[in-house]
Amino acid sequence: MAKVSLTVNGKALTAEVEDRTLLVQLLRDVFGLTGTHVGCDTSQCGACVIHLDGRAVKSCTLLAAQADGAAVTTIEGLAVGDELHPVQAAFREHHGLQCGFCTPGMIMSAVDMINRLGGPLDEETIRHELEGNICRCTGYHNIVKAIEAASAQMAGLSQAAE
Amino acid sequence: MYETTYHRPSTLAEAASLFSGASEARFLAGGQTLLPTMKQRLAAPTDLIDLSRLAELKGIEVTADAVTIGAGTTHATVATSAEVARAIPALAKLAGLVGDPAVRHLGTLGGSLANNDPAADYPAAVLGLGATVHTTKRSIAAEEYFQGLFTTALEEGEIITRVSFPIPARADYQKFRHPASRYALTAVFAAQMKDGSIRVAVTGAGSDGVFRAEAIEAALAANPTPSALDGVSIDPAGMLADIHGSAAYRANLVTVMAKRAVGGWAG
Repeated sequence: MAKVSLTVNGKALTAEVEDRTLLVQLLRDVFGLTGTHVGCDTSQCGACVIHLDGRAVKSCTLLAAQADGAAVTTIEGLAVGDELHPVQAAFREHHGLQCGFCTPGMIMSAVDMINRLGGPLDEETIRHELEGNICRCTGYHNIVKAIEAASAQMAGLSQAAE
Repeated sequence: MYETTYHRPSTLAEAASLFSGASEARFLAGGQTLLPTMKQRLAAPTDLIDLSRLAELKGIEVTADAVTIGAGTTHATVATSAEVARAIPALAKLAGLVGDPAVRHLGTLGGSLANNDPAADYPAAVLGLGATVHTTKRSIAAEEYFQGLFTTALEEGEIITRVSFPIPARADYQKFRHPASRYALTAVFAAQMKDGSIRVAVTGAGSDGVFRAEAIEAALAANPTPSALDGVSIDPAGMLADIHGSAAYRANLVTVMAKRAVGGWAG
């Protein structure tokens, strides 16, 4: 068994899990954070993307034990109270989802790409950056539109803050 | 995934002793291939020895002649390194084409080379530049390192520590990506070294893994421009064939990608 201590969405959490436990299993089954989804078993779909020390990773392709000591942000950690994160708000505004299954991973990847690359982002960049996230409903158009809008808005916000 | 025991050594020496004390251990680098393989129950190591936090395996060093990258350096770090981009832009480009952003945040140079997937990207740069693979036991030239599908010169318990890539005069990497897996259906790393010699390495296409395309190298040695490859064809014997592409298709792609790579030298 492995003792794993993490900061999840700002809260210090500890659990004792089997060594083979994946991070996504710890988040969902032990911590009850079921916003992070498991869409495939092959590390391809990206529904499980979370931020590990500020970088987007697939939580199904990482052992919980490997993440010991790290700071994890999940989809549950983005909104501040009732106020959605700008990327969440943009997905709602632009209908960036249909069934919603891939949405948590899409949003975590979108926040990561905006954090890394700054904004506003163009369509080509967004599509390239979304290569690790699969959506089977939308055809991606509205997801891309939502990220375009959010990246422009966040760039405006960060300029305003400077 | 079958049961396994996870270890996190803090030095290479500790990693080596954990390995020799276990019955069927595997080293865990970024885990982006090994963990999916274990999830499919295609691998079942009794012990996993996590190398990802070893400071001895980190870092990028650039001299006048070589870029040396720690084996534990992630693809994302190499792809965004200003030093690598200045010294060998094709290498930074290659690292940015591995998998997807989340995979690049965890996957490592050493992990990719130790696995030696026939469609992986880094083997093309290592062979295409004539890099040296340094391990806990010795230094291995690229030509000796790759020994066929998923097979390398590494011995049991031997760990890649860093890789030294000679800085070429010019180089480019051109990858025809499988649109779902992002692996190379065929990709070519083509370089002209500072002494004028030409090296062209192909990944994704060969049934023995990465290889040097000698016919293409010879044509480019006489005339290092894309048009020199107009009459050059690659023998489909020895090419991989699967549902994604026949041997003849891949053989043709080798020349096409090589032309694009040489075209990329100009820019």
